[in-house]
Amino acid sequence: MEENKIKINVPIMADRFAKGEKPEYLFWVGSAGAFDDRYKKVSQAFIKILTYLNIDYAVLGVEESSSGDIARRAGNEMLFQMQAMTNIEIFNAYEVAKIITCDPHAYNTFKNEYPDLDGNYEIIHHSQFLQKLIEDGILKIDANPFKGKKVTYHDPCYLGRANGEYEAPRMVLKALGLKLLEMPRNKSFALCCGAGGGQMFKEAEKGDKEIFIERIEEALTLNPDVVATACPYCMVMMTDGLKYKDKIDEIKNYDIAELIAQALDL
Amino acid sequence: MIKQLIFGASLLITIGVLTYTIRKYIAYFKLTKMNFPIRNIGKRISIMLEVAIGQTKIFRRPVLGFLHALVFWGFCVILVGSVEMVVDGLAGTERALGVLGLVYNIIFGSGDVFALIIAFAIIIFLVRRLFLNVKRFNGIEMKHKNHLDANIALSLILLLMITLLGMNTFYLENASRLGHDIVGVYPVSSFFATFFSGLSDARVYFLHEFNWWAHILIIFFFANYLPYSKHFHVYLSVPNVFLSRLQPLGYLSNMPNITKEVKLMLDPNAAMPETEEEGIEKFGVADIQDISWKNYFDSLACTQCGRCTAVCPANITGKKLSPRKIIMDVRARMKEVGDELVKNKDFTDGKTMLRDYISEEELWACTTCNACAQECPININHPSIIVDMRRYLVMEEAAGPSELNAMFNNIENNGAPWQFNQQDRMLWAEEIYMNKNNADA
Repeated sequence: MEENKIKINVPIMADRFAKGEKPEYLFWVGSAGAFDDRYKKVSQAFIKILTYLNIDYAVLGVEESSSGDIARRAGNEMLFQMQAMTNIEIFNAYEVAKIITCDPHAYNTFKNEYPDLDGNYEIIHHSQFLQKLIEDGILKIDANPFKGKKVTYHDPCYLGRANGEYEAPRMVLKALGLKLLEMPRNKSFALCCGAGGGQMFKEAEKGDKEIFIERIEEALTLNPDVVATACPYCMVMMTDGLKYKDKIDEIKNYDIAELIAQALDL
Repeated sequence: MIKQLIFGASLLITIGVLTYTIRKYIAYFKLTKMNFPIRNIGKRISIMLEVAIGQTKIFRRPVLGFLHALVFWGFCVILVGSVEMVVDGLAGTERALGVLGLVYNIIFGSGDVFALIIAFAIIIFLVRRLFLNVKRFNGIEMKHKNHLDANIALSLILLLMITLLGMNTFYLENASRLGHDIVGVYPVSSFFATFFSGLSDARVYFLHEFNWWAHILIIFFFANYLPYSKHFHVYLSVPNVFLSRLQPLGYLSNMPNITKEVKLMLDPNAAMPETEEEGIEKFGVADIQDISWKNYFDSLACTQCGRCTAVCPANITGKKLSPRKIIMDVRARMKEVGDELVKNKDFTDGKTMLRDYISEEELWACTTCNACAQECPININHPSIIVDMRRYLVMEEAAGPSELNAMFNNIENNGAPWQFNQQDRMLWAEEIYMNKNNADA
């Protein structure tokens, strides 16, 4: 690697626990964050931010598994609960108190559904985490290449409608100096990207249009430089939409963590 | 006296029919599952004040929302007048609540104004339904009888407002001719009354009586029409908002019977408390006996406004799913089979709500985005019943789409929805490099 770069060793929960350490945060990478080629870059960007700010965290590594969220929404309650109970056992074994994740679906199920199975933790979506760091003055963003660029933010259903978090990601975008343009359907009116409820893993049912095309067309009416998202599914769908519309070279689809990492030149 | 007797008899018939209807619905409710406990009364009251009385969700479509809010608030005020009519009708009095003085003037004065506003709003609603092709009012579930039902209900409300104004107008004219004191103030009707000064005293007397009787008899009819109409929402939407699901929209309910099984699987030695329920439990929802009483309440309270369907991403893009249809199908299935099931709970007609009413294609088109639930003015939660039916398909029949079954297998075998090895979960983290000049900032 180039000389002016240093390698980050992502701390693993089991290692840190073995040393008698108890990290403040568990970073839940999620299956997309670990395996999806596009979303791996988001996990990496977020890791850079955590490292840059000396956040005391660890990941589960190979002990991480599916949150079970999609299994539940696709009707497989049995599988969901097996996943949830196994995950809760692991969280408790490491005495986890706070969990950060870039995935609104994991965020939703941890926050709202794991408590039914006695898994109670403080759950933080990375947009909320970043917004708090900016608000507290810990994360400072000065001049950056995004300043003045036009961005539109696509609300993930499971962050927005499902949990009422519309502002944190928008405040991060504004902190970057981006010019935020709202789609006609935004916040609680936002149109789904089309991937939720198990759709990501199956062909869409018969219809006259793909949902992600309907959504990207709405974004394109604003003529943005960047389409920002904060969810692995939304990222896949919006990127597909840009490709389909042959706009992928002009318009970038970034997660808010990537925008921050780039702005800080990490 | 004869008038009081006729009134009393009409009221008895009204109450009698209504009692019959309510008992029928209670029997239907008993067929459903009692798995929606009502806790947190304080929070429920505040939601009811905000969403039902304050009409906050209806305002998400501001123009028509405002018209609806006026109709709703007007109804609340005018209801006091209907109560007075019942008192007058039984006691042979006239404007018995007049003893309230200033309060009476405020309520009946605003009621008089609201009657005109409501009539105006209803005409707009009728024009929209009859002459404009509003997309929201169409769809596969919107049959001729649904449109007819809507138009009958709207016409009845229009008649109610016309007779109310007529009653007030001729009350003023009649009282002034007889030299009686006028009880209450009527800003709109006193204007209308100026047009009828040329009528004979007998004609004025008759028109007052006619409008009074017409108004109250339409109310009595309406009261018994509503429970068989989509306009049941006049009764049920406020209670339905009180009964809102209180969890965030993203929440799906836990299935305790599955929790029991999974705990046993993970730890076969775990001592499980014996449950009361006997027999083999069915997972998820296939038919009307499997739904919760709240699902049925939702279906009765639904007024088929279609705001859910209008925002559904699947519906917008031409898929078969319409959240409104799902809710309407619940009511329709109960209507079809409820009476037989009340007589014999093991009755079967060889049909089920799932498949005969709601197809798998509809269920699998849902993205669980919650746009429908967000939009519903009376807080119906559509995705929960959709997922309940998916639960039946997946866990009872293993009838999910094959791609989803593959996804389940992947999660089960390697802890991710894709076919990647769990041991490879850290590969993404192996090559993360940070610019040195920033690393030690």
